[in-house]
Amino acid sequence: MTVQNSSLNQKRREPLTDTQLLMTITICIFFVMYILAMLLLGGGFLRAQQIFDLLNDNAPLIIVACGLTVVMIGGGIDISVGGVTSLVVMSCVLYLNNSGNMFVSMLLALGIGLAFGLVHGLLVSYLEIQPFIVTLAGMFFARGMTTILSVNPQKLAHEGVNALRAVKIEIPWLGYVAKNGNLIPARMELGVIVALLCVIVIFLLLKFGRTGRNFYALGGNQQSALMLGINVKRTRFTSYVISGLLSGIAGYVFMMHTGAGNATNAAGAEMNAIASSIIGGTLLTGGVGNIIGTFFGTLTLTTIKKIVVTSGLNDPWWQSITTGAMLMFFIVLQSVVLSRRGKVKTSRNVKE
Amino acid sequence: MIVTKKTLKKKGNLSQLMIPLIAFGLLIIFNLIRDPGFFSIETKLNNAGNTVLAGNLISIINGASELAILAMGMTLVTAACGGQDISVGAAAAIAGSVFVKVIRGASMVTGGTVILAFLACCVVAMLFGSFNGMLVSVFRIQPMIATLILYTCGRSIAYWINGGATPTIDGSITGAIGSFIPGVPIPTPVIIVVVMIILFSLAFRFTTLGLYTQTVGINQNAARLNGINTTLIKLLSFVILGICVSVAGCIGVCRLQLINHETLLIDIEMDTILAVAIGGNSLGGGKFKISGSILGAYVIQMLTTTLYAMKVSSTDVKAYKAIVIILLVVIGSPVVKRWFTKVMANIRGASIRRLGVKEGN
Repeated sequence: MTVQNSSLNQKRREPLTDTQLLMTITICIFFVMYILAMLLLGGGFLRAQQIFDLLNDNAPLIIVACGLTVVMIGGGIDISVGGVTSLVVMSCVLYLNNSGNMFVSMLLALGIGLAFGLVHGLLVSYLEIQPFIVTLAGMFFARGMTTILSVNPQKLAHEGVNALRAVKIEIPWLGYVAKNGNLIPARMELGVIVALLCVIVIFLLLKFGRTGRNFYALGGNQQSALMLGINVKRTRFTSYVISGLLSGIAGYVFMMHTGAGNATNAAGAEMNAIASSIIGGTLLTGGVGNIIGTFFGTLTLTTIKKIVVTSGLNDPWWQSITTGAMLMFFIVLQSVVLSRRGKVKTSRNVKE
Repeated sequence: MIVTKKTLKKKGNLSQLMIPLIAFGLLIIFNLIRDPGFFSIETKLNNAGNTVLAGNLISIINGASELAILAMGMTLVTAACGGQDISVGAAAAIAGSVFVKVIRGASMVTGGTVILAFLACCVVAMLFGSFNGMLVSVFRIQPMIATLILYTCGRSIAYWINGGATPTIDGSITGAIGSFIPGVPIPTPVIIVVVMIILFSLAFRFTTLGLYTQTVGINQNAARLNGINTTLIKLLSFVILGICVSVAGCIGVCRLQLINHETLLIDIEMDTILAVAIGGNSLGGGKFKISGSILGAYVIQMLTTTLYAMKVSSTDVKAYKAIVIILLVVIGSPVVKRWFTKVMANIRGASIRRLGVKEGN
């Protein structure tokens, strides 16, 4: 009891950790941005369906970003996630079209993701190879295998899965009345539930799980983690396995959303996922990060794209340029905030 | 004493070049077994009527030019900042767009116009380089994150500069830069690479750039306490990479005689970082060896050309490349190296013991 009290007191003295501060900034900016869009642009932004659309379209990105955040907290990087997602989509579609079984296809998706995760983890943690190179090779391999499987787009023609794809959760009270007087309920795809489940599971793991705390320790300082008796190699290995597994799940959700395999699927997903994690307050140096932040980071990233399109900047280059500008804003903001806090802390220490 | 120190240093340097040299040797042997005439060089007449050198070897050396130039700059950035610039492809697209814009703006393409266009794109690339460098050195953002900004929007900026088109340039001078100068049998990009290598070695020979970069990379605080302006060194490394980017962008544009923001030097950032890593440089910064990175660039290009020669389609090349990369890095990984030295020591120890037993008898 006393231990708990003392820890509470300590918390009160240090109101927000770096992780929480960055996450709070992101969440505030997301809401401010969204409310401004509602006020200034109106239209689609006034309907609840807009949020569900955001979630429907970006469920795979959210899942992938969760895995990447775990790896980044552990001080590594995984740039193969987009490639693995696209490979999973293509192989599942091909397997299902050759009169495959739905449950086996799910296992296939998980298996591919797990295999990539295991190999990456093995090479990075037990053979001590730089993670960037390993996962870069993983990305090349996954993208190459996708085109070896099929260069042409493949449409999903499996009845069972297509029936499952058509299942959408309808929420009537969040719907809107169309011009002809019909009530159109808000629709949410099953993939969103999977994504939210992934967010919750990873959140609980990082917050309360022993492995999750080990990730923070490993990313913060590898030497001290080793001194604390943490199995550094196995922890790092686990982080890559989680990331691989989540890319497999993301691939299946992607397939459920688009219903087609294409070599360009999830193109640039790895960089979008990294950007989401950064906006959500994860640092690439490791040790700092939060899944809820990543979740809102993904939403912020995708909302800004939607705002650009809605506000009439239709030239194809504006989307990326505004994304880049927003990314710069967040990155510089983080840097300034963290360095200011660092200065305040050190000056306080000096006074004491 | 001094002599032993020197030999020790040489030994260390050689072991760094071990991986690219082994990879080089393996690829050459593999190609020679597969097709003994793979590396034969012949002279032939090209479309413009010049006598030029042709053959797989020439196309490898020619094709790796942009990669080699970028790898030189990337090595400096990696050494100084302990991170990589992933925006080189996007920045090269911007540089190429500026180059094309200036040339198309002129009424007649003369030597002066091309030089002016090159200078303009050099300035733009250096500006973007210093933007990245500023984020890294002043705001202390990790290089990969800082350059993610330009990576995201660079190609769109190039598209914007072109006004949403993919304009072409024509002119004998730009054509000569991309392929051959009349009367010279060696491809011009190769000559440019040689010029860049000479410039770099001169800079390392007559300035303290190399030493300072290494110092900053190994221990930034120690470097600062020794009176080195770490911010400036980091910024400088990005500006130098900017120059490399503009040269590579110009070569890329001149090869095709048009600028396509989407496909110009696509995915080159990944290959460049790979070249630096294959060259035995630590991606965490510190000691570096530019010759290793250049060798790494040629290894990558030779691998690609070999795969093309084996009738692997251009989209599938990536998968095979990945397998070779993994094999290379596994061979070069510290754990395997340690295991190898242990095994070697055991064998040596066993033979010595056996000899000892024999002598004893």
